[in-house]
Amino acid sequence: MFKRIILLLAGVWMMSAPVAAQDQPEVTLIPSAVLRVEEAGLPPISRLELPPEDLGFAGARLAIEDNDTTGRFMGQDFEAEEVVTTPDAAAGEMDRLIDEGVEFIVILADDETMLSLADHAGDRVMLFNATAHGDNLRGADCRANTIHVAPSHAMLADGLAQFLMWKKWSRWFLIEGSHPEDTAFAEALRRSATKFGAKIVEERVYEDTGGARRTDSGHVQVQKQMPVFTQRAAEHDVVVAADDAGIFAGYLPYQTWDPRPVTGSAGLMPRAWHAAMEAWGASQFQNRFEKLTNRPMRDEDYLTWLALRMIGEAATRSQSSDPATLKEFMLSDQFEVAGFKGQKLTMRDWDHQVRQPILLATDLLLTSVSPQDEYLHQVSQLDTLGIDRSETECTF
Amino acid sequence: MKHLLTLVLCLAATPVLANRVFVSNEKGNDVTVLDSETLEVIGSYPVGNRPRGITISPDGKELYVCASDDDLVRVFDPETMEETHTLPSGPDPELFVLHPSGNPLYIANEDDNLVTVVDTETHQVLAEIPVGVEPEGMGVSPDGKVVINTSETTNMAHFIDSETFEITANVLVDSRPRFAEYNHDGSKLYVSAEIGGTVSVIDPSTQEIVHKIEFEIPGVLPEAIQPVGVRVTSDGSRVFVALGPANRVAVIDGETDEVLEYLLVGQRVWQMAFTPDEKLLFTTNGNSNDVSVIDVESLEVVKSVPVGQQPWGVVVAPD
Repeated sequence: MFKRIILLLAGVWMMSAPVAAQDQPEVTLIPSAVLRVEEAGLPPISRLELPPEDLGFAGARLAIEDNDTTGRFMGQDFEAEEVVTTPDAAAGEMDRLIDEGVEFIVILADDETMLSLADHAGDRVMLFNATAHGDNLRGADCRANTIHVAPSHAMLADGLAQFLMWKKWSRWFLIEGSHPEDTAFAEALRRSATKFGAKIVEERVYEDTGGARRTDSGHVQVQKQMPVFTQRAAEHDVVVAADDAGIFAGYLPYQTWDPRPVTGSAGLMPRAWHAAMEAWGASQFQNRFEKLTNRPMRDEDYLTWLALRMIGEAATRSQSSDPATLKEFMLSDQFEVAGFKGQKLTMRDWDHQVRQPILLATDLLLTSVSPQDEYLHQVSQLDTLGIDRSETECTF
Repeated sequence: MKHLLTLVLCLAATPVLANRVFVSNEKGNDVTVLDSETLEVIGSYPVGNRPRGITISPDGKELYVCASDDDLVRVFDPETMEETHTLPSGPDPELFVLHPSGNPLYIANEDDNLVTVVDTETHQVLAEIPVGVEPEGMGVSPDGKVVINTSETTNMAHFIDSETFEITANVLVDSRPRFAEYNHDGSKLYVSAEIGGTVSVIDPSTQEIVHKIEFEIPGVLPEAIQPVGVRVTSDGSRVFVALGPANRVAVIDGETDEVLEYLLVGQRVWQMAFTPDEKLLFTTNGNSNDVSVIDVESLEVVKSVPVGQQPWGVVVAPD
């Protein structure tokens, strides 16, 4: 071990000339934090989806390991403080982190909390939105201090729509939940249908009336209720469910009145990440994560990893540890980061959304990745997903 | 038919010296062996789990295979394809390079951010060198004094002294550097960047990037152009770059660094190997499960040969 450290130090010292502009191997700390805002709520309808205690944080730990490995060649040391809080206490925790000198905070929260934290932070700190999908956060309610690593509802809906149109499944039966986030996703799906030429032939709202979730023999009820709920819909190719709240969509596959595939919030789902991804070097990335955490990687872990890797990548490329320089670099058209999705991820300057492919996956496997080849764009094919420059309602 | 004729002519002009071509199949867990003269498959042989990097000793007596999921390098008799022994490799060996003398072997451990140096005679680990995240590409200077490792997430080419095992320089290149290859007089080092879409030409004496080769193919999305394997003819005049899902091999002028031509090969082309006479170049096409054979002089793809599941690496036995 000692021998290795000597080798390492020698390496760092000698490399300073060609890469880092520093004269001596002085190590600069780049502090960040991950703030996970938890709300009391029902457990997910599948016990396989119970959130692990280190949700998101595990991604942060891998990112810090990755950043530090590169950082030792650059004289940079990365840290991410992990904080669990509630919607009421979140602003106070954020103030504490800012007082400690943290310049970058990854937020795992719902749309409403994300927006209030962005307003609370002002220009004191840069935020990374890792979980809130709302299009308003990238549109009328956009904030200059926030980078959205999470894909927007519009990107998820467009990714799904491109695939469904490629399949020529253009007649959709849209079922939306009764929670605000469900309504928001349904709105994005309607927009996608118009954008790509699908027709929503039937729309229904599944009211969340509470009820017996996951009770003993609950499947008997589900088997009776879901066919009744979906019967006599207009002729459709596919069911598209908008259920961000996770109330009913999981019950739809194999229970619909008509034998049609289910997509959206169940069945074939558009998402940022999937633990079965193997392509584009993802195998070794998943391996590293699983070795560190002993569990598969979730979207929250991937997006938190991505946010912190962006900071690391900016620090390497700009050869700077100055927060203002890093912020400016990440928002510039010079910035690109590799995210194991087969192409570089870049920044939309009009709403600070990270461009990225959308994975379409079932429970165990990847089915496709959008953008589909046939959808072209004059700037980046990734801009066929989500709100393009000319459509944005965002002004910083 | 024309291709066949070209092939026949080309083979007629070749001294009749067949070499064995070894292709590692990442998902098939085997190696397909071809005959470089007839281009027929001789056979396929199990080689352990997730074989990727593959190379052969200068005397042609030992075939080395990175069995990534076995955390070992497996060594085979290239004639019989019987396993003779294994070498400790460190975890998840992906790609490696032999010292020009045939010893030692420098191995990139993708999951562990290390380069492991192994003595091929004593089978002992000589050193473990900490490098960047996801080490993959391994190159060695013609004089054997410098070993290059590229780290895919750190995005650097690390220059390693082959005797002291110390890192002497780090050069930041574009995203996901996959492969490092010197030209034969050691005056240029080529480092491909898969996500960056470029090949950096580095002057090894100053460790500075002197040129970045970019690629543009009509009708192919820029995102699909993902440079991986690089091979240089021994006179340095031609550089071949495998472009991954662009399904092309770029031909580059080794003097001017200009792209001369793109050759259409199979799907997702990653690694390449010349025959010893450099008349043919074999490419591994991971998505179409075949090998394309390029006639180096006429720059034509003369044949594709089906191999195993997801071909990854390729090496040709010396004369």
